[in-house]
Amino acid sequence: MASMRDIKRRKSSISSTQQITKAMKLVSTVKLQKAKSRAEETTPYFNHMYATVSSLLKRTGNIDHPYLNKREEGKKVIITVTSNRGLAGGYNSNIVKLITNSDIPKADAQIYAIGSKGEDGLKAKGYEIKESKPEIMEAPTYDDAREVCDSVLKAYEEGEVNEIYLAYTHFKNTVVHEPKLLKLLPVEIPEDDQQKEETPKSTALMNFEPNEEEALAMIIPKYVSSLVYGALVEAVASENGARMQAMDSATSNAEEMISDLTLKYNRARQGSITQELTEIIAGADALS
Amino acid sequence: MAENNPLFEVEIITPDREFYHGQVSMIEFTTTEGQIGVYKNHIPLTTVLAPGVVTLTEEDGKREAAVHSGFAEILGDRVTMMAEIAEWPDEIDKNRAMKAEERARRRLEAMEADLDYKRAEIALRKALVRLDITER
Repeated sequence: MASMRDIKRRKSSISSTQQITKAMKLVSTVKLQKAKSRAEETTPYFNHMYATVSSLLKRTGNIDHPYLNKREEGKKVIITVTSNRGLAGGYNSNIVKLITNSDIPKADAQIYAIGSKGEDGLKAKGYEIKESKPEIMEAPTYDDAREVCDSVLKAYEEGEVNEIYLAYTHFKNTVVHEPKLLKLLPVEIPEDDQQKEETPKSTALMNFEPNEEEALAMIIPKYVSSLVYGALVEAVASENGARMQAMDSATSNAEEMISDLTLKYNRARQGSITQELTEIIAGADALS
Repeated sequence: MAENNPLFEVEIITPDREFYHGQVSMIEFTTTEGQIGVYKNHIPLTTVLAPGVVTLTEEDGKREAAVHSGFAEILGDRVTMMAEIAEWPDEIDKNRAMKAEERARRRLEAMEADLDYKRAEIALRKALVRLDITER
């Protein structure tokens, strides 16, 4: 049995760890609330954008435009959104796993890393890191998203890249976050007939200014940046949600260990008292 | 369609917030093709925005805002504007806009590579719109 002193030391170390995890949980709870309300504010923009682009694409189905055409050759860019800090459970490793398990061949993939944890994980697995922007995750703004998109779209237009993907963690609610791999370009025409039925009249009569092709060329980059921005904002919310959960379970694990150690400590103390008594009685017996 | 109510719904949405949502009788804004004014029952139109001033004529007066890039979707009884940046006059930092104007002008005079030129031109237009709306 471990000595009383060992147990005591262990107990105090665990309880100081518990204090840290408790504090981290509180911090990420507050951050989560903030990030969540931000994520909710971006949804109307994103939903409108999605509706407009899908109605636009339905009307311009057979247009010949680089944003819509599939090409065989070229690299595949994956914009990877992870966090800069660990201690968030499986948050970052889930994204890395998602990419390694996807059917994108490693040789063709170029990683555009936003967040250093994902970058490190993918680098270790042998992926090519094209660019790295860990600072964006500290406080993502729409301008950051647009900058990322501009550089990726430029590579796409020059023909170096033939497909663009986005890997991020979708924030479903406070406890459910799922890693997602989304294809950004070439844009795939969404095939849901429900929306078509909802607004048949308005889309049928829609005019475009200057014309459909130019409008498409202007709107698609904005669509892509809005997707990336949405992903950034959701990823921040998911990160804090994941950390909150991880720290919550760490705190309760620490509590369990402490109660276990307290029991052991009391037992050890009782044991030493009993032993002392036996020794005293034995000594008294020997004297008489 | 013989309605007397001239009001229709306008929504201006930016990535960070719902910038404006209300009933107006007319909305004026700048597109890449020039300035347009929209009354109720305009033909359906999707158009690309240029940096400019949006004038919203509400029932009890006019309101103005600076909108920098994005596009607008006009349907008969509602206009949805998807703007990347939108600001009310009191949100604009005048000094910053003045400095930006100066910087952009200097860059335009230097006339370097094509890309920089285009960028500087957009920056100048944004700065001018910002100054314009704060001075009214």
